[in-house]
Amino acid sequence: MSVVLVDAGGTNIGSVRYALQRLGADAALTADAAAIRAADKVILPGVGAAGPGMARLRQLGLVDVLRSLTQPVLGVCLGMQLLCSHSEEGDTACLDVIPARVQRFQEHPGLRVPHMGWNHLRARRTHPLLAGLGEQDWAYFVHSYAVPAGEYALATSDYDGEFAAVIARDNFHGMQFHPERSAQVGARLLKNFLDL
Amino acid sequence: MLSRRIIPCLDVRDGKVVKGVRFRDHVVMGEIVELALRYRDEGADELVFYDITASPEGRSVDRAWVERVARVIDIPFCVAGGIRSVDEARAVLHAGADKISVNSPALERPALIDELAAAFGVQCVVVGVDSLRDADGEWRVRQYTGDPSRTQALPRRTLDWIVEAQQRGAGEIVLNCMGSDGVRQGYDLEQLSAVRALCQVPLIASGGAGTPAHFLDAFAQADVDGALAASVFHSGAIAIPELKHWLAAQGVVVRQEQGHD
Repeated sequence: MSVVLVDAGGTNIGSVRYALQRLGADAALTADAAAIRAADKVILPGVGAAGPGMARLRQLGLVDVLRSLTQPVLGVCLGMQLLCSHSEEGDTACLDVIPARVQRFQEHPGLRVPHMGWNHLRARRTHPLLAGLGEQDWAYFVHSYAVPAGEYALATSDYDGEFAAVIARDNFHGMQFHPERSAQVGARLLKNFLDL
Repeated sequence: MLSRRIIPCLDVRDGKVVKGVRFRDHVVMGEIVELALRYRDEGADELVFYDITASPEGRSVDRAWVERVARVIDIPFCVAGGIRSVDEARAVLHAGADKISVNSPALERPALIDELAAAFGVQCVVVGVDSLRDADGEWRVRQYTGDPSRTQALPRRTLDWIVEAQQRGAGEIVLNCMGSDGVRQGYDLEQLSAVRALCQVPLIASGGAGTPAHFLDAFAQADVDGALAASVFHSGAIAIPELKHWLAAQGVVVRQEQGHD
């Protein structure tokens, strides 16, 4: 099985790659359209802002390539947000393969932004990506923007209300948290993706 | 619900983990990767590595060990030490660090915080603040604390710097209360509470943990998001699984799960 990590300038590429290596998968880092199209699994990592992230994908000529993929795709953190229609961050039009809008957490007394740390995952639908997920499992989050819980949410988490922690539509999947930094729970979910 | 974080801090000097008392007299505690794995297995929520001599020596952090840690560790970790530019920060993040923390270089040139936040997003920009109460009762920041011979007292008030750092794009603040560091008499709750009142981003307490009750005090009284400690963990005086179990029994939300096989 071939796995590629889309090199769109995200800084957590190294961590995701090492996490895949720990699962026995050697993922190639690439921005090459043909290599991405030919892979069995495509992962779009990314830490940073939506605007520069989309600008980078456009510059690399990868917007239509990513939109037209039919194999399993996983977006991680910002990568997940880029799969959505639109992000409030810089009023950015995204890849629009999952019809959802990314919104900023609204600070108020007692609510700190970014949402940073370990939070519970709650499964909302049955899906192979969530196989083996327990009822009290924790994942590590670091983000200021989120997708409100909606019809594509497979799992949610709670921070000033429910938001989508895992989303999926057809072959496109996203995890708002960092599976590569979520200990055994994260490793399990990444393995589930590799097994799709 | 978001949990409160327990964060072992590993001071790195010449490729080894060291620990000093009140930022002086460092002794070697062990190998970096070995200690990192031990804390991961014990249930640490995050690790912070400070290359404590990088900033005084005018160099950036040694990236070779960052990559070694990133390969084996599956919890988040933050790296600090002489990061002075977006390029240096990018190299550390690419080596596998999840966050970078800036302290002395941000005091030298505060616009560094803006540049890092613009390049990587506020979520991976941590501002470390070393603070000490002066004779006039004001808390003020200190610079180059990794090397006592170079440590400088600055006129900048700690509370002013906390506000400015957030405005510039700090996504998290680590407050090192130097007066209580390494002496295990408890976190500086007065100072932490004063900073908490001005801090809308996550706040991490540092300096003074000696007993489990000190962690509870920091969470319950100063409402910090995470508590950082070094010597009590390195020495084995406090074991993280028992600490978390006890905190949970006191009503603190902490992550508890089975250890690695």
